[in-house]
Amino acid sequence: MPDSPPPPPQAATPLLAVIGLSKRFGAVMANADVALSVMKGEIHALLGENGAGKSTLVKMIYGLVEPDGGRIEWEGREVRIPDPNAARALGIGMVFQHFSQFETLTVAENIALGLGGREMPDALAPRIRETAARYGLAVDPNRHVFHLSVGERQRVEILRCLMQAPQLLILDEPTSVLTPQEAQSLFTVLRRLAAEGCAILYIGHKLEEIRTLCHTATVLRAGRVAGTCDPRLVSPMELATMMVGSELVQPRRRTHKPGRVVLTVNDLTLEPGDAHGIPLQGVRFELRAGEILGIAGVAGNGQKELLAALSGERLSRPSAIRLGAEAIGALGPVARRRAGLGFIPEERLGRGAVAELSLAENSMLTRLASPVVAGGLVRRGAARALAKRLIERFKVRAAGVGASAGSLSGGNMQKFIVGRELDARPLVLLAAHPTWGVDVGATIAIRQALLDLAAAGAGIVVVSEDLAELFEIADRIAVLSSGRLGEAVALSQLTLEAVGLQMTGHATAECLDAA
Amino acid sequence: MAEGVLILSIVVATLRAATPLLLAGLGELVAERSGVLNLGVEGMMLMGAAAGFAVRALSGNAVLGLMAAMLAGTAMAAVFALLTLRLLANQVATGLALTIFGIGLSALTGLPWAGVPAPGLAATIWPGLAHAPPALQQVLLLDPLVWVAFACVFAVDWFLRRTRAGLALRAVGESAEVAHALGTKVLRIRLAAVLFGGAMAGLAGADLSLAYTPMWAENMTAGRGWIALALVVFATWKPWRLVAGALLFGFVTIAQFQAEAFGLSLSPDLLATLPYLATIVVLVLISRDSTRLRLAAPAALGKPFRPTD
Ligand SMILES: Nc1ncnc2c1ncn2[C@@H]1O[C@H](COP(=O)(O)OP(=O)(O)OP(=O)(O)O)[C@@H](O)[C@H]1O
Ligand SMILES: [Mg+2]
Repeated sequence: MPDSPPPPPQAATPLLAVIGLSKRFGAVMANADVALSVMKGEIHALLGENGAGKSTLVKMIYGLVEPDGGRIEWEGREVRIPDPNAARALGIGMVFQHFSQFETLTVAENIALGLGGREMPDALAPRIRETAARYGLAVDPNRHVFHLSVGERQRVEILRCLMQAPQLLILDEPTSVLTPQEAQSLFTVLRRLAAEGCAILYIGHKLEEIRTLCHTATVLRAGRVAGTCDPRLVSPMELATMMVGSELVQPRRRTHKPGRVVLTVNDLTLEPGDAHGIPLQGVRFELRAGEILGIAGVAGNGQKELLAALSGERLSRPSAIRLGAEAIGALGPVARRRAGLGFIPEERLGRGAVAELSLAENSMLTRLASPVVAGGLVRRGAARALAKRLIERFKVRAAGVGASAGSLSGGNMQKFIVGRELDARPLVLLAAHPTWGVDVGATIAIRQALLDLAAAGAGIVVVSEDLAELFEIADRIAVLSSGRLGEAVALSQLTLEAVGLQMTGHATAECLDAA
Repeated sequence: MAEGVLILSIVVATLRAATPLLLAGLGELVAERSGVLNLGVEGMMLMGAAAGFAVRALSGNAVLGLMAAMLAGTAMAAVFALLTLRLLANQVATGLALTIFGIGLSALTGLPWAGVPAPGLAATIWPGLAHAPPALQQVLLLDPLVWVAFACVFAVDWFLRRTRAGLALRAVGESAEVAHALGTKVLRIRLAAVLFGGAMAGLAGADLSLAYTPMWAENMTAGRGWIALALVVFATWKPWRLVAGALLFGFVTIAQFQAEAFGLSLSPDLLATLPYLATIVVLVLISRDSTRLRLAAPAALGKPFRPTD
């Protein structure tokens, strides 16, 4: 990266100092004696595996979780932060790991609520536009949030914080849902904020990002500080080792031998589900057994619609989608699952799992056959055994099979859902952003599991904006743009740059030539 | 002329019949927009009706009666709030219990007043009512509570759409967790909304026992609390649509009598089902469009909120 971060200005007292902070949830020690300090103008990374306690730590700083012990100092003075209003009054802004938005309210209304002041949304709209334009975060203040793509929703979250002109900005995995381009423009914003003197506490799993963005990194392991370092001076591998506590092995690809066609999509055309959706236009592709097809594209180009059409949430012409020889276009999700289609949706809570249900119950949601369900009856023992197996195989950090899905950290929830679908041994697996918010170790594990599943003869479609991921696991990549799917091209004939250009809507021919 | 008076009387009677529904419905609408489903409207109305009538009879002051009614409704709502917001009891079960409790308690406290005749609110305000010309008489029957109800619709609509507090209330009804994460005082807002709902239900009860049919009789609300609840859904949680619903119900109530006057023999039972059928039709219509349904219904309705530590 040519634009490496400028050195942070040195100040005598840190803006924020956390001393000996502890928090226990039942049997889990989420934070134990954590110490951390952030200077003005510093971009400070907080790293750690899923469930290491990163979110818990920042929630304590933002007044959402009450610490069991320890203290927080702001500009050298001890402060008590009983609720988010107090945090905001100090000048702390936070972008949450899971969206904190009211879906049926407009962008302006959401931001007004997040500011905690007295201003009305209408009066705020011009200022929102102005701030958005200044930082290059285009959003329409009058749109309802549920119409927005995840990327756009993330922009709203960041905008909400920027509107309050924070002194300390906390971002809990802000880029896990962004496209590379969106992430880059976010980093530009963050660097600018830091240059203006704002301190930034940045949680993330993408070590390359951390290395180009952050001045300091604090690594948490199982709730304790495992070390502090300058991420620019150590390799990603060293960072990962610090997080995990042991060496990591990169995923291994098996040699590729495509089998018969398992999924055929033929001229799939679909009107958008809502006013702001993207119509699918004549999407066609073939997927063979043992093959991983990557679908790249910038969010909001029809991914949502394509996933809905493939998973069966939205129905189409019967022959538009064939699983093997069977026309499944007009079948619903349950029938498609029966036919052997697995689906890892993009939203873990809400689509992938039910927060209030236990892991055992969640494991049954997509497993409609024996041994979990027999003769129309649920077999609890089998469900618990299944959940236990998933927890062990995919190293999910949870209090047990009875723990509610909502109590898991974001990455652990993702591991559980991915595990559930992989474990069902589908004929065809549809995976939307399979490693969103998943830590390095687990990312490798999930990618390896996908490769293994393909090697065992399944066809896999991976929809992802993370090109590095697609290049690591896919055999062929097609780009989805404005609801049209380009030709799927073998990996050997592609470069990152070529796909990147195609994603932003440039002609394909010359990219291929250049490749 | 006589026909004009007849039409006028139908309009006035419709407005009067709609008033208690509008008052109670509006209170419940606010509570539901904050995410709390209080099925105790009927019970709160009955308590309001009994308390209002008793205090008015004792003091001879109608305004005192109205205030007592609101207080009684609020007290009932406070019990509900304590159970559901603080102790996280199930809202549906608690609301049903509140109605049963209200029916019993109002019957008990209202016992001395049962069958005691009282002048109507309009007659109290306009002593010369009985001697006025028929047309004027009809207009004078529109007592202040009718106007209060419409003023409240205007105020609530404005509050929900145009004020900060209204925005926060809608937000809490949308997702208590998110509102909490952003620092909104979820329980405080819900408490206020539930208490408002209680006060309005109490007032609605008093409208029945002091103005509409000036007397107290056991279980005199005759299911109007339930109608008010249905109306909130019918109105898709929008104040002005509530007016339309209340007028429809009011008109149907009146039509049962007027149809006979016109010599039409429609079964009153059949007529009485019309509003419910209308509600079902509206529900089906709004459910057809998932976007509209999502925009209309408070997403957190009936879900208890437990702040994490
Ligand atoms: N409200 C809660 N109740 C019970 N356990 C909790 C709660 N919040 C967090 N935990 C537990 O505390 C631990 C730390 O969770 P935390 O969310 O801080 O992890 P994290 O580092 O943010 O992980 P991720 O990268 O997956 O987001 C986890 O084991 C989690 O299950
Ligand atoms: Mg987290």
